[in-house]
Amino acid sequence: MAERARSVNRVPPPVSPVGGIGAAVAIAALMGLSVLAVIWRAGGVSGLTGADWAALRFTVMQALLSSLLSVALAIPVARALARRRFFGRRALIVLLGAPFILPVIVAILGLLAVFGRNGWLSVGLGVFGLEPIRIYGLHGVVLAHVFFNLPLAVRLLLQGWQDIPAERFRLAAQLGAGPRDMLRLFEWPMLRRVAPGVAAVIFAICLTSFAVALTLGGGPRATTLELAIYQAFRFDFDLGRAAVLAVVQIGLAGAAALLALRLSGQDGFGAGLDRPVHRWDAQGGWLRAQDTAVIAAAALFLCLPLLAVILRGLPGLLDLPDAVWRAALSSVWVAGLSTVLLLILALPMAATLAGGRWLGVEMAGLLGLAASPLALGTGLFILIHPFANPAALALPLTALVNAIMALPFALRSLVPAARDVMQGQGRLALALDLRGWRFLRLVFLPRLRPQIGFAAGLTAALSMGDLGVITLFADPERATLPLQIYRLMGAYRMEAAAGAALLLLVLSLAAFWICDRGGRGHAGA
Amino acid sequence: MLELEALRIAAGSFRLQADFALRDRAQVAVVGPSGAGKSTLVNAVAGFVPPDAGRILWNGRDLTRAAPGQRPIAMLFQDGNLFPHLTLAQNVGLGLHPGLRLSRQDRAGVEQALDRVGLAGLGARRPAELSGGQQSRAALARVLVQARPLMVLDEPFAALGPALKADMLDLVAELARETAASLLMVTHDPGDARRVADEVIVVADGHAAPPAPTQALLDHPPAALRAYLGNG
Repeated sequence: MAERARSVNRVPPPVSPVGGIGAAVAIAALMGLSVLAVIWRAGGVSGLTGADWAALRFTVMQALLSSLLSVALAIPVARALARRRFFGRRALIVLLGAPFILPVIVAILGLLAVFGRNGWLSVGLGVFGLEPIRIYGLHGVVLAHVFFNLPLAVRLLLQGWQDIPAERFRLAAQLGAGPRDMLRLFEWPMLRRVAPGVAAVIFAICLTSFAVALTLGGGPRATTLELAIYQAFRFDFDLGRAAVLAVVQIGLAGAAALLALRLSGQDGFGAGLDRPVHRWDAQGGWLRAQDTAVIAAAALFLCLPLLAVILRGLPGLLDLPDAVWRAALSSVWVAGLSTVLLLILALPMAATLAGGRWLGVEMAGLLGLAASPLALGTGLFILIHPFANPAALALPLTALVNAIMALPFALRSLVPAARDVMQGQGRLALALDLRGWRFLRLVFLPRLRPQIGFAAGLTAALSMGDLGVITLFADPERATLPLQIYRLMGAYRMEAAAGAALLLLVLSLAAFWICDRGGRGHAGA
Repeated sequence: MLELEALRIAAGSFRLQADFALRDRAQVAVVGPSGAGKSTLVNAVAGFVPPDAGRILWNGRDLTRAAPGQRPIAMLFQDGNLFPHLTLAQNVGLGLHPGLRLSRQDRAGVEQALDRVGLAGLGARRPAELSGGQQSRAALARVLVQARPLMVLDEPFAALGPALKADMLDLVAELARETAASLLMVTHDPGDARRVADEVIVVADGHAAPPAPTQALLDHPPAALRAYLGNG
């Protein structure tokens, strides 16, 4: 009854919104203070140098190329997945979600093993007397970004295909429409609606990507802003210049994130993707072969680097340097702390957002999408420097920044479920006087257990594999596992790096699996 | 005694007013066309719809601004009367203590209530393991341990078959008598009203009429009710 739906909102929800507002204010204050610190520090410094402009140009160009290529390649893959049913389709779609929790440094080692100078592909080309591929520079950065974002693009576009009602295809088939007509009638209009948003999301992601540029870019012609901040900070210890770059990066990333939000809308993250639509138009042998080839190529592109990591890592795994084990311990610690911080922030915010509309809290939850980790790190350094040695706080700060970065994704999983709980059981709870902490303990947390497990797993895995802020703060004695791998690569100890990468891969996947599993265990009805 | 004093509720074009009292131990059905505000009326009494004007009194105490859980009311909604992740015993126990801190005596009370509604020994089950009828019984067991002087039912048995619904209504009436509680229940079926209610409140045309004796009212319905009941 409509009258009831209207009136329920007039009764205060079982949990006070204060906790979530507090968490949102804390995040906004932290980020605001960092930005202010950066602007204040940048104030005394003159404008951008030629190298800074080059970094800005390169940042935008690589992001643009990466997003266009990802979307362009994703369209045939998503189309093939949307209209084919085959054994392993579901597994492939699950695999498309994996790059999200795959540590960047691990993927890069995998890509190097396949596409690098001594990689499988170059060796193959050598057989035909061809030059090996050069992976460093723009190509490499774009290749790595496509590796990470092609699956995301496929998932989002596949969602677009799934959203076309199956009845339309049936009706069109009945009217004798062929594949070309289907494209013009449904698929092209859908792509025009969905693809710009997908491209904008990937563009925003690539703008602030750091680890890829750190490992595959570099040099005057392939430096991103994020990397330039790091270099100004670490190599020149020119805090003023780092701050100027950070201001530019914050402006750019913020604008791109706003654009992406506008173009992509709010929802559409992979619900019900394992339902293939029955298609009558694509039964021809040529189309079948074409789709098979596309799907196989995409699967190879995604699986080969992972396979390479495993194959190359196994020999090194047996005799890893002690420093790797110490770094692994630090990473586990950072991931754990980050997960705890995330839950402390995300759960009250989810409860608040489920109980009513709080635009400010919603925006605070999205700040992580717009933030550049290195700019945020620079701000935190400027804030902490007068009071303490930032290097001593390297690990907790990394955990904190990771938690804020993971927050938008965590809320995306928590808030819809929290709304369901409030709508489905809020009145019953109120009728029984279940409010505040009692409501949280007896209803809210138990009902949200699967989503909490998923969000915690996502955060733990992202944090475990993160190679970002830690590079600003770490001293030679302190390292997380991704940083240690980077150092091993820098010292050309590739075997140890490969072994450590396999260890990191296992740790990240295990962190995700344990949390996610814990959320599902005896979830009860 | 429950008194509604010049109560007015407005939302958009929707209007409802009520001004009457319910005597103690009355068993009253609320009937009327759908959309007229039956549900709104009982939700206002239970504290889920704040009135725009007027007062709700219980034995002279003003309840108008009291939180739902602070009212002398045990309520059953149309659906979602049990928490699916809690066992039956826990669901019933919530009626004794909303933080589930139960003494040994409380636990015995829960067992007894489950026994009374015919669910002896099923305390460890979760709602999903039960049939619809059993779920209704479990919710009634909670109403029983809540021991509030007013039971409010917003068509909780609408999804059950006719025989099962009749069983449940009989059980409700018995429980209300045993605990000396008043009963206020929404229904769209005049048969339900005849079965358990001594009095009927007709809600129609933005107005909730004072309770009138069931038999007489249904045998000689006023115009507003006649249109709803049809000529059959």
